[in-house]
Order: sequence, then C-alpha cells, then structure tokens
Amino acid sequence: MHKQQDTSSDDVILHHFDKALVWDGFKQLVPLSLFVIAFGAAFGLAAAQAGVDGNMAIAMSTLVFAGTSQFAALDLWAAEIPLFTLVITVFAINARHLLMGATLYPWLHHLPKSKRYGVMLVASDANWAMSMQAFSLEKPGFGILLGGGLALWFFWVIGTWLGIYFGNVVSDPKRFGLDMVMGCFLLTMVVNGEKNLRMLFIWSVAAIASLLAYRFLPENSHIVVGAFAGGLAGLTWGYQTDAR
Amino acid sequence: MLVETTGTGTLLIILIMAVVTLVTRWGGVYIMSFIPIGYRVKQFIHAMSGSVLVAILAPMAVNGDNGARLALLTTAVTVLVLKKPLPAIFAGILVAALSRQF
Repeated sequence: MHKQQDTSSDDVILHHFDKALVWDGFKQLVPLSLFVIAFGAAFGLAAAQAGVDGNMAIAMSTLVFAGTSQFAALDLWAAEIPLFTLVITVFAINARHLLMGATLYPWLHHLPKSKRYGVMLVASDANWAMSMQAFSLEKPGFGILLGGGLALWFFWVIGTWLGIYFGNVVSDPKRFGLDMVMGCFLLTMVVNGEKNLRMLFIWSVAAIASLLAYRFLPENSHIVVGAFAGGLAGLTWGYQTDAR
Repeated sequence: MLVETTGTGTLLIILIMAVVTLVTRWGGVYIMSFIPIGYRVKQFIHAMSGSVLVAILAPMAVNGDNGARLALLTTAVTVLVLKKPLPAIFAGILVAALSRQF
C-alpha cells in the first residue's frame, strides 16, 4: 500500500521542468564543461591521429555523445573494423545508461513519452548523477538532466572540433590530470550523497563486485555488475527511513 | 562482418554506434515501463544509483596510477571539508597533474 502513497504526491511536482530550470541546469554544468572541452579536444586529436576524417569525428561526437565508447572505437580503428566487436564494445561500455534510465524511471514515468525519451537523449554520467542528487533532495531534477546534458553535449562537440584543428595543446591529457575529471566529479557526488551504515554496506558490495568483474569477467562489464550487486545489497538491508 | 573506414563506411560505423548508444539510453526506461514501481523496486533502484558511481570509481582507484589515487583521495577529503564539489574536483586534478610531472 505505502508504495503508492510515497510516490504520487511529491514526485508529481518533482518531475516538472521548464525553460528556466533547463537553463539553470545548463549553467550548473558549465564549470565542468570547461574540462569536458579539454577531454573532447583529446578525443578530437586522438581521432585525427587514428586517421578519422575531421568532419566524421565531429559527427561521431554529435551523434554518439559517449566519450569512453568513442575512445574505444578509436582503438578498433583500422582500414576495416569488425562490426560485431564494435557493437559489443559500444554496448558494454554504454550499458550503464540502461541503469541510469531505470533509476530515473520513478520520475520519468510521470512525463509524456516524447519528453520521457527526449530528456534521455542527453543522459550521461555527470548530469544523471546531478539530477539523481536533486531528486534525492526533493528538488526537480529534469532541468539538470536536460540542460546539463545539453551543456555537456555542446562542449563535447566544441572540444572535439578544437582537438582536430588545435589538438597539440592537449596532446597528453593525462599529464594534466584531465583523465581524472569525471572520476573526481562523480566522487564528489558519492561523498555528498547519503552517508550511513546501510549505504556503506551497499557501496562496499558494489565496489567489491565491480573489482571482481573488472578482473575476472569480460571487459567493460564491471559497472553493470557492480551496480546490480549494489542494488541487490540494498534489498537485503531494509530501509531505515522513507522510501527514497 | 568488416566495415571499411572510408567515406560511407565511416558514416555507417558512426550511425551504428549512435543507434547502439541510443538503445542504452532508452532501453532502461523502456524496460521499466513494464515493471510496476513497488517498494522493493524503489529500494533496488535507490541502492543501484549510488552503486553505479562506486562501480565506476572502484577500479579507477585500485588499478589506477598513484596520480589517479591521489586525485581521488584529495577530492574526497576536500569535498568532505568544504562541501563544495568544484574546488574539490580542481584540487584532485591539480594533485594528479603535479604528481605526474616527475
């Protein structure tokens, strides 16, 4: 019974978003987007070095908008690419989006289908994490998901373009610590999130499962495996407070 | 099946990548539309959302170089103290960059 009660009343308001909220979300991600430009530039440069045509690299960033899988595609780049390997690789790396969509569903299902799938077009790690954080604080989150996603997408494409034409500036992004941008950002989300014994248990299970999968299971499976294990851990330890 | 990376071949590869990625962005939402959101499902989803982040970060910390580890440590400590993400991210990247100069 209480499953219905604790969703309907507050979620109905939380799922609303308008132009102002989207613009707010855009602005919230702008500081991070400067790092995204640098990362995009690293991709543009790597693509150019792999022999990908400049316009095609920009097309890839525009249409795919998923950095890690784009870098992975470059690793496969040769005169001919095995299609099956490419599809499996891209799917495995991006499979975490499946989980993101699922975690947003309690709020997404209030939206009409066009908006529901529309906002997911630009879902990626950073803006998803921020929108989940907003929802957990009882604030509307889809402005951040859509606006923040548009910011990340825009700067990712700009960065790619810069990398193709002025790439040598960031020839070695690791040396400047730029490969750690997303990791550090996501870590701030974890640390700023809910902290209690139950969450510590869930995180430990997720971390151990992820590490085991990283070592013993097929490549790129660790995020989904770890997240799923963490979800199951959450089921074994009941809620202390309200259902969110 | 092999696809050539020339002209239309490249475009085909990009379109395939785009479609596969779109399937991942939409698939989770689509599957959830068949699952009634009860208490247990919410509990699972809630636990899973933090776990996604932890599952991304754990191998980064364990298998990364010292620069990566120091960056994450610095970020964690800074955000705990300051409560603000941006200075923490900046501090983490700075530490990674500094530690990799030598």
